[in-house]
Parts: sequence; structure tokens; C-alpha cells
Amino acid sequence: MTMLEIARGPAMQVSILIMVGGIGWRLAGILLLRRRPQRAAPRHGFVRRICGGLSAILSRFIPRRTFRRGTAVSVVLSAVFHLGLAVVLFGGAPHILLIRQITGLTWPGLPKGIVVMASGLTLASMIALLVRRMTHPVLRLLSTVDDYLSWLVVFLPVFTGILLSGETIGGYATLLSLHILSVELLLVWLPFGKLMHGLLVFAGRGAMGVTFARKGAAT
Amino acid sequence: MDDNETMGAMLARRGFGRRGLLKFAIAMTSSLALPPSVAPVMAASLARARRQSVIWLSFQECTGCLETLLRSPSPTISSLIFDFISLDYQETLMAAAGSAAEQTLREAVAAGKGEYLLAIDGSIPVRDGGVYSMTGGRSNVSMLETIAADAKAVLAIGTCAAFGGIPKAYPNPTGAVAVEDLVAGKPVVNIPGCPPVPEVLSGVLAYFISFGALPALDDRRRPLAYFGTTIHDQCYRRPFYDQGKFAKSFDDDGARQGWCLFELGCKGPTTHNACASLKWNGGTSFPVESGHGCIGCSEPDFWDAGSFYTPLAGATLPGWRNAAIAASVGLVGGAAAALSGRRKTAPKPEKTP
Repeated sequence: MTMLEIARGPAMQVSILIMVGGIGWRLAGILLLRRRPQRAAPRHGFVRRICGGLSAILSRFIPRRTFRRGTAVSVVLSAVFHLGLAVVLFGGAPHILLIRQITGLTWPGLPKGIVVMASGLTLASMIALLVRRMTHPVLRLLSTVDDYLSWLVVFLPVFTGILLSGETIGGYATLLSLHILSVELLLVWLPFGKLMHGLLVFAGRGAMGVTFARKGAAT
Repeated sequence: MDDNETMGAMLARRGFGRRGLLKFAIAMTSSLALPPSVAPVMAASLARARRQSVIWLSFQECTGCLETLLRSPSPTISSLIFDFISLDYQETLMAAAGSAAEQTLREAVAAGKGEYLLAIDGSIPVRDGGVYSMTGGRSNVSMLETIAADAKAVLAIGTCAAFGGIPKAYPNPTGAVAVEDLVAGKPVVNIPGCPPVPEVLSGVLAYFISFGALPALDDRRRPLAYFGTTIHDQCYRRPFYDQGKFAKSFDDDGARQGWCLFELGCKGPTTHNACASLKWNGGTSFPVESGHGCIGCSEPDFWDAGSFYTPLAGATLPGWRNAAIAASVGLVGGAAAALSGRRKTAPKPEKTP
């Protein structure tokens, strides 16, 4: 069995099962969290609370005026990173093929040049974010192993993907194997660290917005 | 043909002049990725060369490799290389049969001891003492061991000889192995393909006859000049891959316009061979040009590497049932951990005055 066959076969299966099981674990933990009883009467009804949740989902994309200057670098770099990653993930033809295989959904892919450019921007923004994290005194203090590990498991697929697109080092099969294995590492780590925000971010914002709206706070 | 006749004399007899030989040498040096200055040297060496003894053994195979090498479309010098070699033993082609054929083999081995090239097509079954493929009462394993011992070099022709091929595919009932698994201490050149490109064999032979040595090989013992790049790298559909234009079915507009067959399972990106540059049938086309994706036939274990029609980007997924089990295990485990945590952190009951 070659490395590519292992990567596309058993390694992929194991990593997906760990990811699915891990997501179940995290969701059960979140849903069963002890919540404080709400003793105060709600300020708004059901519809206003749902609107508050939706509002919180959208409003958090734009930083508050008060913090805009202090967070501008992080916000811009993070936006470049997330948009670039989305272009790569949902625009790259091989990725669309895999999504189609899993879900049956498909759409036209982007030209390879655009995907490679987006990969380059993603990679550059990730490096800049890491440098900022390691040099900013507060960020450095707040950072944990989870932050660095999450960064690494996202960085590796992007990096190997760029190598694969150019076939610069090693053969296509070797690079494809490394790329798939790095994605599998990401899948394994996804439910257990901060990368889980990729699945929970909108639900978390929405829940917070609903709570705020219930209390009558601005969302 | 006189055994002492040089190749130059043979070609002259066949109507090829010095210019023709030089053109062939230029084409060969080019295909072997040698410097242009080597071409006159190769032409001179070839003109002086005498017939090279080749003993060809067919083991567990389908004769497709031999067929493709014999069915050259026109009498080019490339094909005449095959005429020029002294094919001292080849069961399918020789007139002799039975004990006479066995005697021919013994004589060929004795006469060319240490000098002949041993060409093998087909894999070698080793299970149960190698009884699944016998010639004249001898197993392929036994023949290979004794005849390879006196060969100058061994050419494993076709994917079966080079990597085990289809006979080695799961469940491999005969215990088929490749030539390189059994031959030790001799140079082995793998020329895989199902079948292999004829010009690759003629190139290797031309190099060997000219320089008395084997060309540079890659880590799988394949001639680097022919197997150094992938089908994908040389494919005329490659620009469409880069543009993100993929045929969705074998007969859609995209396929007709030459769009990339990656989504239809083409294995060109992981397959090393010269099909896309040398092509087949006198340079007419190659499988991808004929509308079908590359099946990766020149790579090891290609038959067991998943469906020919699953894209390389695809994967073997765990299935919805297994995913549901994993999710259930996760939910139960997470719930147990959460409830255990709740119990530990349960607030103390408020004191009543």
C-alpha cells in the first residue's frame, strides 16, 4: 500500500471518524453545560430575541469603533486569511470533487491561478498573524499550546497545497499524500481545540445575541 | 543475418544511409535527454556495433507486451533495432518447440554467458514452489535464477515483470512477484506499462548497444529519460487543468474540446510514463488524447489503487453508518463527561434563614 493509498483510504476514514466523534463529544458537552436560571422577566418576545441572535451574527464581522484602531491589523489579517481559505476550499477543483463525493453538491471551480494566489495570500496572512502573536506582549501572554497547534494544523494543508499546485518539491503523488495527510491532521484536531469555532462561531454568536436580546441589551 | 554484420551494414542493406542513422541517433539522444553532442558518437557506435544477444523469457503474462513491440507501424530504424538484436530465445516467436526449444535456450545461455541481455515479460509466481507457471517442467522462479545469473543485465518489460502487474493484484492467488524481487546482484531495468511504449525499449537497447551501459534510472529502476515526468506534465490537456476546465462526462462538450479528464478519474498526475510525448501507433495519439483518462498502468499496484473513475482528489470515506456510530459514541462520551462535571461543580443549596 502506497502512502497515497493510505492517505486516501484508512487514514482518511480514521480521521473523519475521530472528527465526527469529537464533534459529538463537544456538542454534548456544550448542550449539557449548567446554565444559570433566568430569574428576570424577558424584555423581548421570541421574534425580537431571534432577531437579536441574527444581528449578533452579522454585527461581529465589523469591529466596534472603540476598538477599531487597536485591532485593525488583526482584523485585516484575519479577514484576508479567512477569505483566502474560503476561496481555496470552495474554489479549488479537487476540493469541490471531494465535497461532491461526500455531499453530492457541486459547483464550477475557479482557475488554478486564482486558487494559488488565494493560497499565497492565506499563507502570508497566517505567517503575519503568527509573528504578531509571538511578538505582541499581551497576545503572547494569552496564547496557549492550542493556539499554536491550531495554527500549525491549518498552516500545513495550505503550505502543502501550494507545493502540490506547483509540484515544486517531490512528485505529485508524494505531495498529494502529504497534503491529504495534513488535512487529516486538521480533521483530527478540529473538534478538540479552538478550530471548533469554524463550526460553532455562528451558533455561539447567535446564542449570545438571543441572550442579550432577552435582557434588552444591544446586539 | 550474419552475426558479425555491423548495424551500419545492416541498415545500409535495408536502405538507410548514414544520414538516416544520424537522424535516429539525434532522436534517441533527445528522447534519452542526452546532450546533442552525443548524437554523432551514438551514430558512430551504432554503425560499428555488432549484434547483441538477447534471451527473452515470457512468464506469467498475456503476450501484450511482445505484441506491442512487434507491431511497429512502419519499418523505422527504431523498429529495426529489434531486428538487429540477436533474439536467441523467445518462445512465442521461435519456430522450435518442446525439447528443441529447451536445447536452444541452453545453447544460447552457454554461448552468450555473461554477455547476453535477459528480457522478461510477465510476473513470477512463487507460491507453492512456483507451480502456477512452468516451462519445460521448470518453474519460472528456477529459470529466472539460473539464467539471470549469467546475464549482463536484466530488462523487466511491462508492468507485470517490473512490478507484478495484474497477476499480483489482490488476492494474488499465485504469489506473483516482480523480477527485481528475485534478481540480486545484476542491473535490472524496469520498463513498465501495460503494454510498455515500444520506443522506450528501443531507446534503452540503442543506449546499451552504443555505450555498453544502461541509461540513468529513477528510484524504481525506470529509465529516467522516459519516466522522469508524469503524463499530466506532458499532457496537451494540462492547460485546461490549470484553467479549472474539466470534462464532466466522457462525451460532453468539455471532453470534446479537450478539457482535462481529472474529474473523470484520470491518473495522469501520479503516472510516470512517456505516452504523452512519444504517443502510440506511430505518434497518432495516446489514451488521454483518445478521450479516456490515464489508468496509471505503468505504476506499481495500479490495479488495486481504487477505481479508474474515482478522481485522485477523491477518498475512500467511512460511510454514513460508521459516521453515525462515531457520532453516537462521541455524544454519549461527551454527555457522560458533562454530567460528571456538573455533579462535581453542583452549587450548594441556598441556606434558608
